[in-house]
Amino acid sequence: MTTCQNTLAIDVQNLGKSFGSKKVVDNVSLTVERGEIYGFLGPNGSGKTTCIRLMCGLLTPDSGSGTCLGFNILRESTHIKRRIGYMTQKFSFWDDLTIRENLDFVARLFAIKGRKAAVDQTLEKLRLQDRANQLTGTLSGGWKQRLALAACMLHKPKLLLLDEPTSGVDPTARRDFWDELHSLAARGISVLVSTHYMDEAERCHKLAYIAYGKLMATGTAPEIIAAKGLHTVVVHGEHLQALSEKLDHTPEVEQTVMFGTSLHASGLDKDALLSTVTDIAGTGLYVEPVETSLEDVFVYMMHRSQNNLRLPQ
Amino acid sequence: MSRESTFSFTRWWGVVVKEFLQLKRDPVTFVMILIMPVMQLLLFGYAMNTDPKNLPTALIIGEQSQFTRRIEASLRNSDYFAITKTLDENTARHALAKGEVQFVVSIPVDFSRRLVRGERPAILIEADATDPMTIGGALSALQGIVESVAEKELTGALGHVRGTSEALSIQVHRMYNPEGLTHYNVVPGLMGVILALTTVMMTGLSITKERERGTMENLLALPVSPMEIMMGKIVPYIFIGHFQAGVIILLTRLLFRVPFVGNPFALYVATVLFIASNLMLGVTLSSFTKNQLQAMQLTMFYFLPNMMLSGFTFPFAGMPKWAQVIGNIFPLTHFNRSVRGVLLKGNDWGDLWPHLWPVALFCVVVMALSVLFFRRTLD
Repeated sequence: MTTCQNTLAIDVQNLGKSFGSKKVVDNVSLTVERGEIYGFLGPNGSGKTTCIRLMCGLLTPDSGSGTCLGFNILRESTHIKRRIGYMTQKFSFWDDLTIRENLDFVARLFAIKGRKAAVDQTLEKLRLQDRANQLTGTLSGGWKQRLALAACMLHKPKLLLLDEPTSGVDPTARRDFWDELHSLAARGISVLVSTHYMDEAERCHKLAYIAYGKLMATGTAPEIIAAKGLHTVVVHGEHLQALSEKLDHTPEVEQTVMFGTSLHASGLDKDALLSTVTDIAGTGLYVEPVETSLEDVFVYMMHRSQNNLRLPQ
Repeated sequence: MSRESTFSFTRWWGVVVKEFLQLKRDPVTFVMILIMPVMQLLLFGYAMNTDPKNLPTALIIGEQSQFTRRIEASLRNSDYFAITKTLDENTARHALAKGEVQFVVSIPVDFSRRLVRGERPAILIEADATDPMTIGGALSALQGIVESVAEKELTGALGHVRGTSEALSIQVHRMYNPEGLTHYNVVPGLMGVILALTTVMMTGLSITKERERGTMENLLALPVSPMEIMMGKIVPYIFIGHFQAGVIILLTRLLFRVPFVGNPFALYVATVLFIASNLMLGVTLSSFTKNQLQAMQLTMFYFLPNMMLSGFTFPFAGMPKWAQVIGNIFPLTHFNRSVRGVLLKGNDWGDLWPHLWPVALFCVVVMALSVLFFRRTLD
């Protein structure tokens, strides 16, 4: 279908999916290149999981089309399933099987040659040889997540679809996990990963932000920040909550975000923003311009999409 | 006293509202709550009849005389008997073995002549006594009929023997279960009931469990086909079914001393077919359930009419036509007949075939349905 089948891991156009009368995925087009880590961001219930399921054939789109590793997502989901690794949002390996039994099962379904060696190798890499016969249900969250990733890597997939793989995992384990993703990407494996964490978003090559089923922005992190033309000032001090409420009613301020002892205020006009915030903040508070962060932009996009949706149609 | 320890109507109402909301969100349970009583009432009210009428009866008439014609007419007039055909001896016995008729009434050759001579001729009644409950009422009616015909007909030349109960005799043969032991009927029937309940439920649960725990998403994302999943899932339960069947057969022999006079291999084939049909059904039912509780409920929902319409709980012959038609769909009905046929009647392949193919057909249809309904996606 497409001319760039060789370089694109995912290439979907105008995907749409409704559950009942609710449009969960609305006209989403996305391309992920080989060897690219593509971050998929958006608030809860924005359609990230549904999008991923559409791409790997777990759900049938109502509209749109596309390819995954060059295979049609509508008709060739069997081929796709054999070549991708999909990690579900909720841990979905069998709690009542041991770690080895889970890996063995997956290896059998992929008809991996030299199954035992492959499983042993994976266990060794995970440093789980000693606990291979432990029931999976007894593992902690971090270990479960590592096992899940290892299991979906068993058949050496060309593309990984990871649905919030690091939710509930401690920062060190998250960091290790992302190091692993980057080494995989360096070997030419493409990764589509959904996340809520900004630090993780910043470690992606490219990002897509989705809200209410619609794709709001795509590109690299700096591109997305630049595209919104948002300027931000930070206010340091105490009793910022009252200030935040005041600023929210000011036209020059698009949004405020509280961070414990500081407050981010963003607006489209840099000078007007700075003078307005300085005026309202008054004395005792310290106001300075900062670089707009990815988080500021995402909060901004989320509010915008909410407001758009509330408009009568 | 803390406020939590007193009964709060607000909190109580909160719980009530929540329960109703959850009930509403669980349509399977809701429908079951509505349909269950209606179904039970219909089944108990209409289908259940412990004194069944219209039992299929074959007549073997050795001679055509005033007397035999009256006997036949009286039997036809009675509610208890449905005279299906007048057969020769051999086919009548076969029909009894296959369960096509419940009674064979034979009036021997020279009956009238021997009556006149005062030789006390006998009318032979062979009854399929595998289910003693079915034939009880009919048997006593049969004796009454013959006696009253004798009373009326023995006039003129036969007048001298009238009134003497020695004029003729009625010989009743309770075939296959001469002592009329109810456990001969109940115990083999239980084999099917136990197998059906456990096997349907076990497969149903094993698939629903995947859905409930979220592992189904993983399974569907892996390169395994629905057929592979379903066939893989039922294999362990085929073994469990065999084990159960073996234990039950052993107990019926050793503990209940139920005879086993038929072809064991024929029974084995019937059992395998029956287990397969239940497992396929369990798989199909699981396509409609979200959690294990629903799977259990749905199993019971299927199981209840099975118990009542299969001839296990109530005599099959006593059920109205519509109930028999439904009953004939269930594998349990046919399996019950096969087990009783082999254990008590000495059935062989020829006798069993009419009870084997409906189960095989059920298997094929349900398997097709299960493939059709199996959700390959999470839609």
